[in-house]
Amino acid sequence: MPISSRNTKQIFANVDLITIGLYLLLVLIGWGNIYAAVYNEDHQNIFDISQKYGKQMLWIVTALVIAIIILIIDAEFYTAFAFPIYAIAILSLLLVLAVGKEVKGSKSWIYFGNTGVQPAEFAKFTVGLALAKFLSRMNIKMTDLSTKIYSGIIIVLPMLIIIMQHETGVALVFSAYIFVLYREGLSGNFLLLGVSAIILFIVSLLFNKYYVITGLGVLALIAFLLVKKKRNTILIIIVSFILTGGIVFGTDYAFQKLEGYQKTRINVFLGKETDKNKTGYNVNQAKIAIGSGGFLGKGYLEGTQTKFDFVPEQDTDFIFCTVGEEWGFVGSTAIIMLFVTLIIRIIFMAERQRSSFSRIYGYGVASIFFFHLMINVGMTIGLAPVIGIPLPFFSYGGSSLWSFTILLFVFIKLDSNRLLVFR
Amino acid sequence: MNSQLADRKFIIMGIVAFIGIVYMFRLFYLQLIDDSLKLDAKNQAFRYVTQYPPRGYIFDRKGKLLVYNDAAYDLMVLPKQVKDIDTMELCRILDIDRQSFIHRMKKAIEKPNSPRKPSIFEKQISAETYAALQEKLYRLKGFYVQSRTLRKYPFPIAAHLLGYVGEVDKTITDANLYYKEGDYIGISGMEKSYEEELRGKKGVRIMMVDVHNREKGSYMNGIYDTLSVPGEGLTCTLDRDLQIYGEQLLQNKIGSVVAIEPSTGEILALVTSPSYDPNLLVGRARSKNYAKLALDTLAVPLFNRALMATYPPGSTFKLIDALIAQNEGVLSPETSYPCARGYPPLGGKPKCHPHFSPIALYESISHSCNSYYSYVFKSIIDNKKYHSTVEGFEAWRNYALSFGIGRKLNSDLPNELRGSLPTVNYYNKVFGKGAWKSSTIISLGIGQAELGITPLQNANAVTIIANRGYYYIPHIVKAINNNPNDPKLKRFKEKHYTLVTDTTYFNNVIRGMAFTVENGTAASVKIKDIPTCAKTGTAQNPHGKDHSVFVAFAPKDNPKIAVAVLVENAGFGSTWAAPIASLMIEKYIRGYITRPDMEKRMLEGNLIKNVIKEQTKEQNTD
Repeated sequence: MPISSRNTKQIFANVDLITIGLYLLLVLIGWGNIYAAVYNEDHQNIFDISQKYGKQMLWIVTALVIAIIILIIDAEFYTAFAFPIYAIAILSLLLVLAVGKEVKGSKSWIYFGNTGVQPAEFAKFTVGLALAKFLSRMNIKMTDLSTKIYSGIIIVLPMLIIIMQHETGVALVFSAYIFVLYREGLSGNFLLLGVSAIILFIVSLLFNKYYVITGLGVLALIAFLLVKKKRNTILIIIVSFILTGGIVFGTDYAFQKLEGYQKTRINVFLGKETDKNKTGYNVNQAKIAIGSGGFLGKGYLEGTQTKFDFVPEQDTDFIFCTVGEEWGFVGSTAIIMLFVTLIIRIIFMAERQRSSFSRIYGYGVASIFFFHLMINVGMTIGLAPVIGIPLPFFSYGGSSLWSFTILLFVFIKLDSNRLLVFR
Repeated sequence: MNSQLADRKFIIMGIVAFIGIVYMFRLFYLQLIDDSLKLDAKNQAFRYVTQYPPRGYIFDRKGKLLVYNDAAYDLMVLPKQVKDIDTMELCRILDIDRQSFIHRMKKAIEKPNSPRKPSIFEKQISAETYAALQEKLYRLKGFYVQSRTLRKYPFPIAAHLLGYVGEVDKTITDANLYYKEGDYIGISGMEKSYEEELRGKKGVRIMMVDVHNREKGSYMNGIYDTLSVPGEGLTCTLDRDLQIYGEQLLQNKIGSVVAIEPSTGEILALVTSPSYDPNLLVGRARSKNYAKLALDTLAVPLFNRALMATYPPGSTFKLIDALIAQNEGVLSPETSYPCARGYPPLGGKPKCHPHFSPIALYESISHSCNSYYSYVFKSIIDNKKYHSTVEGFEAWRNYALSFGIGRKLNSDLPNELRGSLPTVNYYNKVFGKGAWKSSTIISLGIGQAELGITPLQNANAVTIIANRGYYYIPHIVKAINNNPNDPKLKRFKEKHYTLVTDTTYFNNVIRGMAFTVENGTAASVKIKDIPTCAKTGTAQNPHGKDHSVFVAFAPKDNPKIAVAVLVENAGFGSTWAAPIASLMIEKYIRGYITRPDMEKRMLEGNLIKNVIKEQTKEQNTD
């Protein structure tokens, strides 16, 4: 079916140009940044497809094609096929587990010739679709236990498979969907609970578990003395004490079950270990690279720490180091602001939807971007443990660029039909 | 309910903004406050490669090369960067064992070195080893090669004069911030006194290195590099051929030759024997060879006799007595004194050799009469115009000082000695106050007793006579970087006069010196067509056979060269010192020798055997 000019106009009608502008800006800066990160005097042509920046250009071009295709496809398609798409994602994750190639200890890649694809990356947006589809049903209330359980299953199912693929980092991304559930009515206590669990987790790793238990006991006692002595409150105090105590011991147990490198990463993050050779080395080098940038940075292509391989993975997970080193405080805060602007813009767009489906999906997109930003940048500046996930649009790689593009453009398409109500 | 939920967007936006702000603060801290990170970055990505400038060359007065440089390579190690290296391979290339490797690494890490600072791992590796190493260097993380220069001498001459270069030690690096561990510095001779000119200025090249220790080019195209400035070339006052000839003449003898161009004070030759090949004190073999030379207590080859040995000037001092006495008005060419194979007033002491008597000034010089100069010395000290022996002695002493005796000449050679010129206090101490008079110290008049002067001082004294009354400070450098007017050389352009002011007095003495060669004590060394003025001498040696002394200059008018020669344990001045001085003069003025027999005798003469025999005997009896 040929697309007439009038149709074209309709297709691109109401697309949010601010978001598309932010997207293009980030993608282009990202491309230039990859060029700097792997800059090589022998291959100065940024279009040289034998080099990573040349390949990234190909990924960008194809990503734009994908974006256009997404915009062309009718918005109804995403609502109608939300569950089938989710099912396909789950199946392909399982398929990878069965036949995928093991690369660096993880089994998450499928190869088509030389090109590898990581289905886990694509699973992110399918969870968003499925969650949106499920939660936008009539008479669904987040406060219902069954709703919580079903939403939980939608999120946790791909996570589990991905953990089995030994891609814990990617799996953790899905936990970002808790923000979506929160927006749709999940009690704020769950967020607080999550945060306190993380704090408790850290505390029990840092200190002797018996001291922590004692501390919790003291807290419980204080609470007991302060509150009115009703049966309910006393029960809550006792249950919380038992639960938190359980977490402390559980943490200890779970930590022992972790793999060596994961333990090291966490210990390095907590400052308990100074592993100057592997994880500690990475984080230290990342900080050195960013710190050496100063206020205005060393200038484009003038970075020494990243270009000369002191920073590992400088084109993928640690790409932010190049920004920090070459563009300094001004450049790196500008990039963070761009991302924050994008995320807030998406939230703003989500809120203007008439259709719950579009809103829920939009929050999913914002949550995923937020999680990636927080963890990826956080680990390079020593504020988050090293979890190997990419910085959207900046990290080198087709799978991640495509998946973020799909994630975002599906929402842009939905947003362009914001006056419609999907079911 | 729904509107309440919609408010949650603010909480979520707040969380996003909060994380963004926290991260910006963190970046602010890392990039603007924490300076240690920038330092770390420099330490790992930059390599500060010291650019050692080539040391200045040294040329002789005619522009012939005396000292140049040879390339050498130091293997450096930066312990902090050493990672996963093949120790075996490195040990094999350098031909060292594991033990030694560990020892060197320890040394590089421990104080005063540091794991963050480069240290020398192996000094001055050969070109072959360097070639072998270069291939493997990319695998030896933390190691790199630094190019250096070593001194090289085309002729094995003038070792003491040129001096040598060695590595700085802690006292030097503590005292002078320019020097860093591993630097070289001039330790003796010209290398020491002209260190600042010769060393040039070190530069630093900032190289970027990647994590594999591979150099990735210079940082910011070198705009922060400082270029090394090569050392300045020195034009030495030496005449290379004359120096070579002098060393040949003194071979197998103990002694020294100092030749000065009177019209400038430039040292033409400065020979001390025994000497050594300066190439021995270069590079890795230096300390081993140095120890060997230092242990040679019989020949003492490291001792620069020309500057550091003091001998009684013997009869050569009579020239100065004659000048002082004339200036004091107590002596004229007609003045004659008797000689009875000695000084009659003191019963024939000091003794003299047989000659006619009485004798007047010219003959007193040409025949070197001891009695005559005892009278002369007495007449100076007991001069009526002075009221006491002490006053007369002080007057004499001041004259002697003005001739550069008993004080440093302040030349540009390190380790110059003052010599000894006794003082009133000294004699008061020895004999008691007022208990000494001219006769007590009469042997000073013939250049013996407590008088001690260095060959350089003696040569300078002859120069003064040749110049009829003045001298330029004897010096060894003619031009710095081809500039003869360098401020550092300014002090060598200044005439210094003695207290003897009338040139007539000098001409009288010179006449006597000419007679010495015509028909006096040095008649055997007369040079055809080169009117030479000279004085023989014998320096008493309480340890054995007397030292042979001879001073001379030529030609008589417009002198081109003044020479002082001292040959230890060689007896009368006329036997060894005179022929050597005479040959030096002829060689310098004529360019060739007309007396091959004399030359042959001198070149082949071996006195060192006797000396060593005597010294060994003395040591055994001690």
